[in-house]
Amino acid sequence: MQQPFLSLTNISKAYGGVKALEDVSLTVYPGEIHCLVGENGSGKSTLIKIIAGVVQPDSGRIVINGKERQSLRPMDAIAEGIEVIYQDFSLFPNLSVAENIALSHELAQRKRWVNWREVRAIATEAMRKVNVSLDLDALVGDVPVADKQLVAICRALVQNARLIIMDEATTALTEREIRALFDVINNVKRGGVAVLFVSHKLDEVLAIADKALIIRNGRVVVDADARELDRSKMTYYMTGRDIEESMFEWRGDPEAPPLLEVRHLTSRGNFSDVSFELRSGEILGITGLLGSGRTELALALFGVQPADSGEIRIAGKPVSIRSIQDAIANGIGYVPEDRLTEGLFLERSIANNLVARTLDNLRSKGPLLDADRVKTQITEWVRRLSIKTPNPELPAKSLSGGNQQRVVLAKWLASKPRVLILNGPTVGVDVGSKSELHEIIKRLAGEGLGVIIISDDIPELMQTCNRILLMRRGRIVEQFERKDLTEADLTHHLVAV
Amino acid sequence: MLGRLLSKQETLVGITLLGLCLLIGAINPVFWTPGNWFDLARSATVMGIFAIGVLIVLISGGIDVSFTAIAVFSMYSTTVLLRNLNYQGGMWLFFLISALIGLGLGLINAFFIARFRLPTLIVTLGTQSMFRGFLLFVIGSRIIRDIPPGMAEYSRAFLFTVTDERGVTVGLHSAVLWLVAIAVLAFVILRYTMLGRSIYALGGSREAAERVGFNVTLTQVFIYAFVGVLAGIAGMIYGGLNRQANAQDIVGQELDVIAATVLGGASIMGGRGSVIGTLLGVMLVVVMSNSLVLMGIPATWQRVVIGAIIIIGTAVPVLRTLRQQRRAVRVETEGESLAPAGGRA
Repeated sequence: MQQPFLSLTNISKAYGGVKALEDVSLTVYPGEIHCLVGENGSGKSTLIKIIAGVVQPDSGRIVINGKERQSLRPMDAIAEGIEVIYQDFSLFPNLSVAENIALSHELAQRKRWVNWREVRAIATEAMRKVNVSLDLDALVGDVPVADKQLVAICRALVQNARLIIMDEATTALTEREIRALFDVINNVKRGGVAVLFVSHKLDEVLAIADKALIIRNGRVVVDADARELDRSKMTYYMTGRDIEESMFEWRGDPEAPPLLEVRHLTSRGNFSDVSFELRSGEILGITGLLGSGRTELALALFGVQPADSGEIRIAGKPVSIRSIQDAIANGIGYVPEDRLTEGLFLERSIANNLVARTLDNLRSKGPLLDADRVKTQITEWVRRLSIKTPNPELPAKSLSGGNQQRVVLAKWLASKPRVLILNGPTVGVDVGSKSELHEIIKRLAGEGLGVIIISDDIPELMQTCNRILLMRRGRIVEQFERKDLTEADLTHHLVAV
Repeated sequence: MLGRLLSKQETLVGITLLGLCLLIGAINPVFWTPGNWFDLARSATVMGIFAIGVLIVLISGGIDVSFTAIAVFSMYSTTVLLRNLNYQGGMWLFFLISALIGLGLGLINAFFIARFRLPTLIVTLGTQSMFRGFLLFVIGSRIIRDIPPGMAEYSRAFLFTVTDERGVTVGLHSAVLWLVAIAVLAFVILRYTMLGRSIYALGGSREAAERVGFNVTLTQVFIYAFVGVLAGIAGMIYGGLNRQANAQDIVGQELDVIAATVLGGASIMGGRGSVIGTLLGVMLVVVMSNSLVLMGIPATWQRVVIGAIIIIGTAVPVLRTLRQQRRAVRVETEGESLAPAGGRA
């Protein structure tokens, strides 16, 4: 057996008495894809920071390339070939692809002058290593997220990386981009570089990993060959409980008039001739690849990018939705894909976020807010959606992904919409919170709300929806009853071209 | 390649500038006389040097409104000092002292910005007021007309002169060499040195710049010190050309300079901008004010026209970005089936 590149033994770390990591051991061999799996707050990020030298462990041994390191600083880690690709990639949007790839290398060589021919040569060489081709002169800010990811990988390789740590690399990618990324990772692996792939998406882990390290509450629960694991086992290890999600059954009256009817809705260049209906209490899934028009359809229904032609009826009455205000007046709510920038005031308190949508209803007689009613509403929604926070006055950014999503949901629910559109409701949310969010959505539908879920997360659609529409190139190409469908069928239909 | 060239703000400003020159030249033939062009060069020199300083600050993601105060402070103090010393020598010492004073004041900005990471607008608003107040109350506020001989001679330091058919002699002032030298220097720094790239990197993402290993503090110190030096030189040129030292001058021009720089393609959000674009932006503003005079439009209207140009000039790139984004969505939608998964690998 060859020598491991990295081996951590009995690493512990505590922050002010709270144990973030306890007795964690990890061994990574060259050319091995190791997945680090755990829920938010399980200690994943602390472990990454220790490997990157950003955080010093309280105890334990770190051995890199056979050498024991007493104290590992970030520069040492980089010198040993450990490269971390953070979730935000740390790229320069205003610089070209080539310069982004080559810059850190030039810096490491303490260059004072820039030789642009060399910059291009370095970038070309890095792209050849992972077998991709990108426009060297394009600005990174103008390329899609998936390409940014590739730029970050190339940059790491230019630094002669021996171990690349990818933190939640797939969060912003579509299924197809993820598969392309996996091809790249496999190329990297063939070059003898180890990859530590941090994720909470179980399907991905199973697809790519050679080995998986599952941690929970700072302790290793499993360190095993990925072939020995399956999804339900991993869920159990991650959360410490068996999550059995029940499928959603619609129990409404099929003869009742639909809550929302969409007829021949068209938005030039985005989608065309889209027709469907949604009944009270239904959960309708709309799926399709990125660019299929699914998000544009949602934006049209919510008045952000109004459709060019077609008809929208609510409870039988034709309505005109030309703006967000129109949509809100007609009882349509929308929870965006990117809750961080579009759905929440991150710096403001949870309480302020909860009432932001409904301030007008919370006034006393005059123009001022009725403090008691504001407080009642906040307490009510924190309780109803079980938002886990010690104090609703804390800023919204203090919450975990799953709880942030609940705040966005509660903000909308407080305004009592009739139709709620959820775009990627559990993107970036860990397994445990995800199933709880699904239960909340099902309960809301049970109370008569019409829900539309836009997602390419197939297990999610299968568990929550009673009907699923498939979009491709701006059209609805198929419609399924969930009960006639299996996950494999749906995956097959989604990626079939 | 051509598409990329055409989509640049620089190209757009260049074409506008050319069109404007042709238009004004057609209305008033005086526009194309050497005399008028020497005049334009003279007006563009001080503004151009200021604008290059502003460009570097804008690229780094900051904004500086104190450079006019630094300029007038350096120029006035230098004049007072050398006059009191009864200095009879040449202009070079004026430039040297003024640049050093500018450097010192720039370092004060750098200290607050780099050391305490304060917002650049707030710091420079504060220092602008401080520098100016200190100048007026401590150093002096009266207009000095009996300037030392070296400075007075400098106002006639022409590169060459031309006598036109009416017998009037006009000359191209040598100060324009300063602009050329500074523009070349700034171009080389920004494009071919790691220091210059660190300025772009800082403007693109401060956090990423730190992670990649740039010494961001040092970069910021350089930026504000360099702007201080440029302001000192530009201020001295301004005093020399006007043959007087007026402590009330220059401050108030900062917005015009920032506007000309933004017009030339520098992003107010940081990370983008070029020396060529900046020079074109400055020329556009200068030609515009000059032509309004030539066309007999009252000076009061100039402010309105310049304001309108600034708004239009900054709106065009924004509109273009919006259109590109919309097109990108469309291409993605239509390209769905055309580019299968293997397309990238």
